[in-house]
Amino acid sequence: MMSLITDLYAYWISVLLMMVGLYIVIDHNNLFKKLIGLNIFQTSVFILFISMGKVDQGTAPILKEGFETFSNPLPHVLILTAIVVSIATTAVGLALVVSINKYYKTINESEIQAIEREEA
Amino acid sequence: MILMHTPALQVIIPLIAAPLCCLLPKSRLAWLFTTLVSFSTFAISVLLVWQVHAVGVIDYEMGNWPAPLGIKYHIDSLSAFILILISAIASITLLGARSIIEQEIPHSKHALFYTAFLLCLTGLLGIVATNDAFNVFVFLEISSLSTYALIAMGRNRKALMAAYEYLIMGTIGATFILIGIGLLYMQTGTLNMFDLHDRMPIIGGFNSVHAGFAFFTVGIFLKLALFPLHQWLPNAYTFAPSAVSVFLAATSTKVALYLLYRVFYTIFGFEFSFSTLHLGAVLLPLSIVAIILSSLIAIFQSDIKRLLAYSSLAQIGYMTLGVSLQTQSGLIASMINLFNHAFIKGALFMCLACIAYSIKTTRFNHMAGIAKTQPWVAAAFVVGGIALIGLPPTAGFISKWYIVLAVLETSWWLAIVVLLTSLLAVIYVWRVVEQMYLREPLDNIQHGTPVPMMLIICTWIMILLSVYFGIDNRFPLRMATMAAEMLMP
Amino acid sequence: MKKNPILRETSHLLIPAILLFALYVQFHGDYGPGGGFQAGVIFASAIILYALLHGVKRAEQVVSLNLAKTCAACGLLLYAGLGVFGILWGGNYLDFNVLAHDPIHGQHWGILLIELGVGLTVASVVLAIFYAFTKFKK
Repeated sequence: MMSLITDLYAYWISVLLMMVGLYIVIDHNNLFKKLIGLNIFQTSVFILFISMGKVDQGTAPILKEGFETFSNPLPHVLILTAIVVSIATTAVGLALVVSINKYYKTINESEIQAIEREEA
Repeated sequence: MILMHTPALQVIIPLIAAPLCCLLPKSRLAWLFTTLVSFSTFAISVLLVWQVHAVGVIDYEMGNWPAPLGIKYHIDSLSAFILILISAIASITLLGARSIIEQEIPHSKHALFYTAFLLCLTGLLGIVATNDAFNVFVFLEISSLSTYALIAMGRNRKALMAAYEYLIMGTIGATFILIGIGLLYMQTGTLNMFDLHDRMPIIGGFNSVHAGFAFFTVGIFLKLALFPLHQWLPNAYTFAPSAVSVFLAATSTKVALYLLYRVFYTIFGFEFSFSTLHLGAVLLPLSIVAIILSSLIAIFQSDIKRLLAYSSLAQIGYMTLGVSLQTQSGLIASMINLFNHAFIKGALFMCLACIAYSIKTTRFNHMAGIAKTQPWVAAAFVVGGIALIGLPPTAGFISKWYIVLAVLETSWWLAIVVLLTSLLAVIYVWRVVEQMYLREPLDNIQHGTPVPMMLIICTWIMILLSVYFGIDNRFPLRMATMAAEMLMP
Repeated sequence: MKKNPILRETSHLLIPAILLFALYVQFHGDYGPGGGFQAGVIFASAIILYALLHGVKRAEQVVSLNLAKTCAACGLLLYAGLGVFGILWGGNYLDFNVLAHDPIHGQHWGILLIELGVGLTVASVVLAIFYAFTKFKK
């Protein structure tokens, strides 16, 4: 039973962060905080990928004399791409929040919905 | 030499055109450039269809690295089918959309609008062309990010909120797909779709593979806007600029449906998805609820774009209903539905673009009697509405025919459900037709801006295509049959 | 912030070092952690530090918004154009083996130029995002 937790601790941490991120996205009213939650959620996926790429006794995935076992370089490459995607998504999201603030004078989702309901 | 590299050229022509378009100074030049690029994309997709007819499948290795090591582009009949659909829709949309874009979007942003449009086109084409699971995620995010930016350029300030909600939900969906890819990679060590399929029998029993399947399912259903993950679609389609609504309504959910076919038939395999993991038992009730609920909600909408958005949700329900029947004829019906619906919805949204150009709004109450000032637009909407209901000689009739035939193989009460929901479509189409033809025109309609000829011509091109594919169904049927036989042997 | 002497003197020491470090990370991506994306972000952060301390107007005299947008487009064109170059020289798209007289040198040149394109695009895009946010009219 304990080995289920101690051997797989990387996956436990990743899933914990995933759930924290999703909870922040769903629950918080502030549009900025939702973006932060989305970022935490995506970061947990990166941790999942990279932790599975580590090879036992393996060093960093860069060829050098004197080392024989290297970690798998492919997850590192995939996560580099995914990090760039996450940054682009955050940038677009932040630009949208700044524009929403300009037009609605608030970034609280319930207040925005109240404004829209009053106009309808 | 072009013939040797068509799969790569299909994706890189709009990709290289996007930064070039960003540097162009004048708005009209940017439109002309973008239209020429999308027509060349269409030409390459026609070449691809011709090559696939001759050879069967086309394989293209990026960077000359062999398949499990490198990224491979694999064009078969299903891919060529969707590629020609997307490029045709993009070309016709861009041809007519210059005036509506110039009216709705501030002048300083035109070059960036066309850049985002080209990037969205690149992403959609890339998802269909590639055979590498992670490459699908990258192109999915390219198209999604450009879509968020395009939607946010709408006139109404609600477009910003619609784009933000689509961003949050779309990113969660794409990240779920990424988790699914990661779990599968963890078990197999490969990202090539065919390699994953070959290794699936060995690893099929593991819990992580089942979890990956579940993550894929939720992510794809979110991108597909299947009930209950559809909340982003009505707002996104309603408040986006009119040209963007036309393009998105006709292509983005269709590409998500293509992703569903690829993931559940090519990667996981038909037996694993439907017999071991009972995907049909999840898809069938969700499809039926999507069809019934969306058609009912569409009847009560006061904005016609929103009405068409809910109608799209119902049509997506028909497509997934075909998949959930687990027969080859169901799959063929789903693909024919996909093809025809793209043209029908594209045409209907283009009618609304004409109306929006003329009276600057698409609200139901403001559209009274518009048939008197814009007879061609109203007639196009009537033909499109007939296609939506499913009456001959339009393409909608062919779609409904194949769905009912496929459904009758398994149960007769489902066929009754399909026919009854077509009656619901009659209600909401008749509401709009009555408002357009049988009411007195209001002041704003009498003094509406005349619609440019190019926009009306492109609307009628799409309408005539949807009528043509209702009369001569050979091309979609042949491609769909070849694709279904390949996916479900 | 420009009046604060500690920040001013430290930035005058650090900004050149950050720029040099960005170039080091860019070109040592083959032999250590690094590569185009990381280098681009470090390069942009140096210019953003300068903009934070001395004002966006002074930073725009160094790298203007139009230059950033042009460099972003050029970086992507360099990357995609290198792939087309591979097609023109007989291989597949993004085939580096045909770029030089033998495959090893070809791969070396290919990765170098690709990472240069990526670094250029990332640096200019991060800088353009910063400028867009600071110049946003309320």
